[in-house]
Amino acid sequence: MDGIMSKNNSEYLIERNDNIYEVVIGLEVHAQVTSNSKLFSSSSTKFGAEPNTQVSLVDAAFPGMLPVINEYCVKQAIKTGIGLKAKINNKSVFDRKNYFYADLPQGYQISQYKYPIVGEGNVTLDMPKGQKQVGIERLHLEQDAGKSIHDVDPSNTLVDLNRSGVALMEIVSKPDLRSPDEVNAYIKKLRSIMRYLGTCDGNMQEGSLRADVNVSVRIKGSTDLGTRCEIKNVNSIKFMQMAIIYEANRQVDLIEKGEEIDQETRLFDTKKNETRSMRSKEDAHDYRYFPDPDLLPLEITDKFIDQLKSEIPELPDEKKKRFIDEFKISPYEATILVSDIDTAKYFEEVVAKMGKNRDMKLAVNWITGELFAVLNNKNIEIAQSPISAKNLAKLINLIKNGTISGKIAKTIFELMLDGDIDPQIIVEEKGLKQQSDPKALETLIDKIINDNREKAIEYKQGKEKLFGFFVGQAMKASGGKANPKLINEILKKKL
Amino acid sequence: MTEITSLSLFELIKNIKEKKISSNEAAKSFVDRSEKSKKLNAYVTENFENCLQLSKEFDNKPNFDLKLPGIPIAVKDLFCTNEVRTTAGSNILNNFVPSYESTVTQNIWNEGGILLGKLNCDEFAMGSSNETSFFGNVQNPIAKDLVPGGSSGGSSSALAANLTPVTIGTDTGGSIRQPASFTGTVGLKPTYGSCSRYGIVAFASSLDQAGPMSKDVKDCSILLEVISSFDKKDSTSIDFKRNNYSSELTRNIKGIKIGIPKEYRVDGMPDEIENLWKKGIEYAKDCGAEIIDISLPHTSYALPTYYIVAPAEASSNLARYDGVKYGLRSSGETLIDMYEKTRSDGFGEEVKRRIMIGTYVLSSGYYDAYYLKAQKVRQLIKQDFDQAYNKVDAILTPSTPSSAFKIGEKSNDPVSMYLNDIFTVPVNLAGLPGISIPAGTDKNNYPLGLQIIGKPFDEQTVLNIAYSMEEKINYKNNIIDWWME
Repeated sequence: MDGIMSKNNSEYLIERNDNIYEVVIGLEVHAQVTSNSKLFSSSSTKFGAEPNTQVSLVDAAFPGMLPVINEYCVKQAIKTGIGLKAKINNKSVFDRKNYFYADLPQGYQISQYKYPIVGEGNVTLDMPKGQKQVGIERLHLEQDAGKSIHDVDPSNTLVDLNRSGVALMEIVSKPDLRSPDEVNAYIKKLRSIMRYLGTCDGNMQEGSLRADVNVSVRIKGSTDLGTRCEIKNVNSIKFMQMAIIYEANRQVDLIEKGEEIDQETRLFDTKKNETRSMRSKEDAHDYRYFPDPDLLPLEITDKFIDQLKSEIPELPDEKKKRFIDEFKISPYEATILVSDIDTAKYFEEVVAKMGKNRDMKLAVNWITGELFAVLNNKNIEIAQSPISAKNLAKLINLIKNGTISGKIAKTIFELMLDGDIDPQIIVEEKGLKQQSDPKALETLIDKIINDNREKAIEYKQGKEKLFGFFVGQAMKASGGKANPKLINEILKKKL
Repeated sequence: MTEITSLSLFELIKNIKEKKISSNEAAKSFVDRSEKSKKLNAYVTENFENCLQLSKEFDNKPNFDLKLPGIPIAVKDLFCTNEVRTTAGSNILNNFVPSYESTVTQNIWNEGGILLGKLNCDEFAMGSSNETSFFGNVQNPIAKDLVPGGSSGGSSSALAANLTPVTIGTDTGGSIRQPASFTGTVGLKPTYGSCSRYGIVAFASSLDQAGPMSKDVKDCSILLEVISSFDKKDSTSIDFKRNNYSSELTRNIKGIKIGIPKEYRVDGMPDEIENLWKKGIEYAKDCGAEIIDISLPHTSYALPTYYIVAPAEASSNLARYDGVKYGLRSSGETLIDMYEKTRSDGFGEEVKRRIMIGTYVLSSGYYDAYYLKAQKVRQLIKQDFDQAYNKVDAILTPSTPSSAFKIGEKSNDPVSMYLNDIFTVPVNLAGLPGISIPAGTDKNNYPLGLQIIGKPFDEQTVLNIAYSMEEKINYKNNIIDWWME
């Protein structure tokens, strides 16, 4: 294996004839800033309101209306920059990006062009074969546009301006991604960091997170970048991956045929699973960017940045390290538990409620096993878990202290689902407490040996497999409640 | 007793406070005179009925603590006024009625002012003669078929003709000072950031400033005091300590240093302007000022710089007039077709010309050569003034390179029209306060103005110099009401 291979251990390669191509991907992620009001007006940003009910005179670009920057959105962008280990720029400038569209009331979008609020940073991805660093080029603040609705009225396009002016962070990565898997990991990591920070809810269904995907291909080992195509506005990870695979193969096919790749903007057709040309480089818009004269340059002091730094919570990478050090769980387990802030919170609450005699292994297994299965089945988030962390911790403690067996625990878990019932109560009401009284178990086992004398003799003669039979019989006789450890011990002694 | 309409604002306020004149009597006088003056075409929208009603209400419950107690005032139609049509002189906003009030006009109503009507102006304030208005030419009351200047031409005409005691205009490249100069009145462009731009139809955001227009300097100071305020709704509004301009007004300018910039002696400037300037220097000396020759080396670049920066911003500011949300919409087959027809029908020639220029200078491949270069030159022009202000307290120049011209005389020659702004434009580029006061007449007896430029936020010194010189100049308009039959 050469150096590049070992570094990019999750790359996506395409073989054609004798050539091996790698795919080079850069993402421009548009993340909606979590904020009650818009970037330059006081209108609400609540999702799902009746059309045109969250529109101020500023959002609708009435004559003489002026934008006023929302300080909270600026703080959110800086916090995100800190989370991306990026340079926060002391001075940034809002520019106008000029173009006409019915859902763009001003006739320009206020964005940041030459001087973004956040500069270079990086994100660490946990890939199956190790970690990978992805460079961040920049993060800038900009306004979202409204929404054109073409399918309600047969002859008119309707415009909903509720989204007009909502704050977005555009996070531009370096062309460091090499596969659909890495794109998946990158988006999930970005989402995770922003959810930890509370700067973007990452809700892809509601359009809070979407991306433009830049794709090019090159012969593996080459250091030159190929001609790239930009696939606009893809709103799910799955579609991003499908679009990349289609687009990379399309480009390789062109190269293999000896044809040129046009630098162009393309759209991903999710129904046909293909990308289509939207406009070529020659037809590209001339946005006539220039500094917005209605807004002064944004000046941010180091003191302001330091203040925000002090408010940053523990982020996934640090949390993972702490989980490994403090709770002695595996890096793999820690990665799963920190990937989502609500999962991490749940886990930490379980750990806290387990108390002194905690069992990390059990906690990890129960959360990532039984609980995740239930959440998956019900298609809900851990924040809506039907079983609280407190009660799951109780259940785990009941196993740990020998009150119930693991098998009984699964039964109890099912019962707990219906209204987050305290497992202790279930154990008592249903009489599911594990039999751990050696005397009672001895009596029980004596009876089983008596009833199965022939098998006991066979065992003694060396048919050791029969031990399992006796364990099974004992468990059956106890209604599953017998302490398996004790049964083993007693059987060994008696047989 | 003198007619109510020919009183100064100061005198009118005094009479109202002393209950010698009621607000309603004042309103009636201005409404009557305005009704008789329709030939001037100064108004786009009259608010006469409302004004009379509101003046009655004021008289029923007067508050004489206000700075403009029950004073009827007409304003330039670039200020958005709640429930009163606001057109910016354009067909594209012909039917536009705002549901909100500009900060500057709100300040006036808060101090007891009453809206008399909306005054004609060049379309989107783009023009120097009021000839680009969709609502037609405005006559200068000085003489028939003479332009009143622009873009605040309706304001200057109405003021000089005594249709309103004072008024407000906006000044992007000279649109208050040049019409003041053309009509023998006083017009002040405050420091950029003094008066809020909130609710003013935008032309060029980095240059636009609202300001008072009045018959004399004292009135100017009274109105400035009312309209100048810090406003959080305008991010470029500046929170500085504002003077009580009218009570701090003084004619004592002894020892004040006034600079005379040699670069303002432009080629082909008429002798009468040169002579006016010389006379102005003598008046200033008489007032006790010290005259110092200064240099503003980048002056000759100001006009080309302005005609890049202003159209660039305008091309973007006017993009919102697209027929989608409000204002004129011409029907079209497709969205693009609708845009093109709406904007073709809605905008006049001059506005289209400036949108074209602005779009061009911002386009990729030209941006660096034009817009970016212009921004750099703008900095140099600012620095010129900064350096000059190390030596002097204010600067004296002519307001315009000529007196008012005839309607139609320059309307087919945009470059010659743009030259009108040659002395006023540098002040906007540098964001400084500047006032034009009437200082004499030309051979036709048309008024000529002198401009006093101040340091940033030093409107008080500008007003004091103007107040002092005004007394020495003792200029009076000789208006014979030729438009009334």
